[in-house]
Amino acid sequence: MQEKEIRDLVEDVRAGRLARRNFILKMAAVGVGAPMASMLLMHAGVAQAQSAFNYKPTKRGGGGTLKLLWWQGPTLLQPHFANGTKDQEGSRIFYEPLAIWDNEGNLVPVLAAEIPSRANGGLAADGKSVTWKLKRGVNWHDGKPFTADDVVFTWRYAKDPATAAVTIGVYQDIVVEKVDSHTVKITFNKPTPFWATAFISAEGMIIPKHLFEPYIGGKSREAPNNLKPVGTGPYKFVDFKPGDMIRGVINNDYHEPNRPFFDAIEMKGGGDAVSAARAVLQTGEYDHAWNLQVEDDVLKRMEAGGKGRVHIVPSGDIEFIQLSQTDPWNEVDGERSSIKSKHFAFNDPAVRQAMALLADRKSIQEFIYGRTGVATSNFVNNPPRLRSPNTKFEFNVDKANALLDGAGWKKGGDGIREKGGKKLKFVFQTSVNGIRQKEQAVIKQAAQKAGIDLELKQVTASVFFSSDVANPDTYGKFWCDMQMYTTTMTQPDAERFMNQYVSWEISSKANKWAGRNIVRWSSPEYDRLYRAGEAELDPAKRTAIFISLNDMVVNSNAIIPLISRPRVRASASKLAQQLTGWDLDLSMLQNWYREA
Amino acid sequence: MGTYILRRLLIAVPSLLGISVVLFTVLALAPGDPFEELATNPNVPPEVRLALRAKFGLDDPIWQRYFHWLTAMLHGDWGFSFISRVDVDQLILQRLPVTLVIIGASQVLALLVALPVGIYSAARPYSWFDRIASSLAFVGFSLPTFFTGLLFILLFSITLDWLPFVYRADITATGWAWWWEHIRQSIMPVMVLGLFQGASWTRYVRSSVLDVIRLDYVTTARSKGLKERVVILKHVVRNALIPVVTLVALQMPAVFGGAIVTEQIFRIPGIGSLLIDAILRNDTPVVMAVTFVFACLVIVFNLIADLLYGWLDPRISFR
Repeated sequence: MQEKEIRDLVEDVRAGRLARRNFILKMAAVGVGAPMASMLLMHAGVAQAQSAFNYKPTKRGGGGTLKLLWWQGPTLLQPHFANGTKDQEGSRIFYEPLAIWDNEGNLVPVLAAEIPSRANGGLAADGKSVTWKLKRGVNWHDGKPFTADDVVFTWRYAKDPATAAVTIGVYQDIVVEKVDSHTVKITFNKPTPFWATAFISAEGMIIPKHLFEPYIGGKSREAPNNLKPVGTGPYKFVDFKPGDMIRGVINNDYHEPNRPFFDAIEMKGGGDAVSAARAVLQTGEYDHAWNLQVEDDVLKRMEAGGKGRVHIVPSGDIEFIQLSQTDPWNEVDGERSSIKSKHFAFNDPAVRQAMALLADRKSIQEFIYGRTGVATSNFVNNPPRLRSPNTKFEFNVDKANALLDGAGWKKGGDGIREKGGKKLKFVFQTSVNGIRQKEQAVIKQAAQKAGIDLELKQVTASVFFSSDVANPDTYGKFWCDMQMYTTTMTQPDAERFMNQYVSWEISSKANKWAGRNIVRWSSPEYDRLYRAGEAELDPAKRTAIFISLNDMVVNSNAIIPLISRPRVRASASKLAQQLTGWDLDLSMLQNWYREA
Repeated sequence: MGTYILRRLLIAVPSLLGISVVLFTVLALAPGDPFEELATNPNVPPEVRLALRAKFGLDDPIWQRYFHWLTAMLHGDWGFSFISRVDVDQLILQRLPVTLVIIGASQVLALLVALPVGIYSAARPYSWFDRIASSLAFVGFSLPTFFTGLLFILLFSITLDWLPFVYRADITATGWAWWWEHIRQSIMPVMVLGLFQGASWTRYVRSSVLDVIRLDYVTTARSKGLKERVVILKHVVRNALIPVVTLVALQMPAVFGGAIVTEQIFRIPGIGSLLIDAILRNDTPVVMAVTFVFACLVIVFNLIADLLYGWLDPRISFR
């Protein structure tokens, strides 16, 4: 899809010839996430769609206790120290950002009075600043008013390296100023097409200045309110035991009418995913369980009782295979998988393409993931059941054989192909995980038919995903021929996601293997386009650039996308809730209620 | 006696130091990273992770980190968790009550089962009662707790729907309702742990009573015309239970240490689940503190067991 076509589509939406929803689906089909598509429309001055959620309760409270089960319990309640989503979810009960992403990719205001746009003067024409108007009449749980000072303070707090906030990446390169008591202006150091990161969603939770000001910088760990959050959210803090339990009680001063519905909230942690699913679906002890990496058959059996149902929410995470572009077995300049080396086989485009043809994604989806995974050929995520027109996948052993024959890889006496004395024998690693081991087996079987021998290797997840510099088996080092894991798309924009293939992010000894380009594939053309996309202010042009980036990396076959992994949640049948694949589970907690 | 205790305590110091060195080195050498979740999150720049590692001293050499930990510990500073950034002593204190209640109750249950059954079996060896009790005891301690735990959940929670299988330490109810809720949710974990422990203790009590019951003084007591009840309770059990007391005293550290597997299955927020979470997340300060406390308790209760032994059996003297 080219720039011109995108522009025409945006024009169609503006003129009312194309439904907004259809536009988002069309963009998703070419690998553009809903939030990015939504921002395209916003930039063009098309108003956002109203959220369709029908909130029925006519008064605040009266709903009893809402019981949530997080099998990995939150360990801290300071959103800017969050180790992972579990901590962000726990904090989100009490703290709120300016706006959140709903499932259609709309920005929905929470603490903001409105979403900035060109029409309301919130977005600067040069893309270098955004002005947010804050909601008036919002109070912190301790009664103090919420003002622009709190927003500015949150920025100062998070950007200070001594604070050791994990959200520093969002705040370090921006400047936030108070315009008046309820207006703030964010200034970027360069034109920023995707401006909705600071104070948005999981990393945007605003903390009260009057409680955290003495604890900015090196003393950040000592703040008593790290454990006793005072926010603006629908529930007020009661009690917290790290890893076990969070309790909250209704905030009768909440800034939205008739909300929240529940009188109290409980978030229990611990245990495992299967029994969490059971406590919601089978015994009904809990109302909502998070992140259920459970086989679909098991979920279906539990669901049969009728006490709860499984929600499958499309998201950006993708399970994929990387084919090493460098030589993982020999040291060059004292470094394995050095960028100066070349992989003996994956250097050959025919071998890479053959590997892609041997990945039986359809079977993996049908027999391993069921409803909880969707076979895909795209790296940039899309909603289920939609395929990119530019890339496609097929499973074809004969074609793979023909390709390898054509490229001069001849079968030897043992049935394994070789060329110039080098055999097509690869070590294929992944983390220890029942589902992944089944995937490995499927791929090994197909590869065997094409004369490729795969040695399967499994590494404990806590080692594989660690950044331990001393360990040879981390995914960042990738001292192996092939590896498979899921990469998460936590930010609803492709820019950060696509930096996984730029040459300056190549993982190496020099950057302690913390670089994002783990497969070590690079192309000057990709680098150039990426740079152009980063600076491109025109959303249509920018989107076209990201689509070509996706196609470039997928068509190179250096990576083989397998399964797009939606979020799997379970909740009680009577619980009415809004879930989104682009934000936290609890991002619209204030709207949850139980039907009579 | 006083010098004996002092000597034992002095001997304990080097062993505790040795234990701490071994623990620390093993933990430091074990693969893994407390900031793993940050490593896989693309929104967190790698510099943040590296800065955190530097800030928490994870990049220092092992011996330096060990002495740092040791001096802090000697000053009563247990450090703070890398994961929750909460002080470790606070984390442990938060979880201690639940562990004490659950594990304590299960040990009491184990004793209540083991003593009468063991004594009665030994008083009538190879009777029908003894045979049935022995078979059940063998079944009891052959089945691992994670298996019986799941079996109980399947039966009492899912099929019958009588008992909850998620343990909640904070129950909002008051008065009788509070007690009722707590008892209801404790039944399964206490039964699982108590019956497992009780089964092995039953065998132990039985064999130690059997040893004593054949001795001459028991025959003398019987020939004096004492009632069988009096013979067993006053003459046999008192002597037979000396080794059992030691066994129970040595079991006490486990009461504080929690039951890792059972706590995980029933989501009991005890020390055991704290430890396993900390191990899985490579949260060194918490793992160190919990295991170190555990080591101290083992040493202290060993001493207490020895002292009890001497007090119960005057033939043993301390030198």
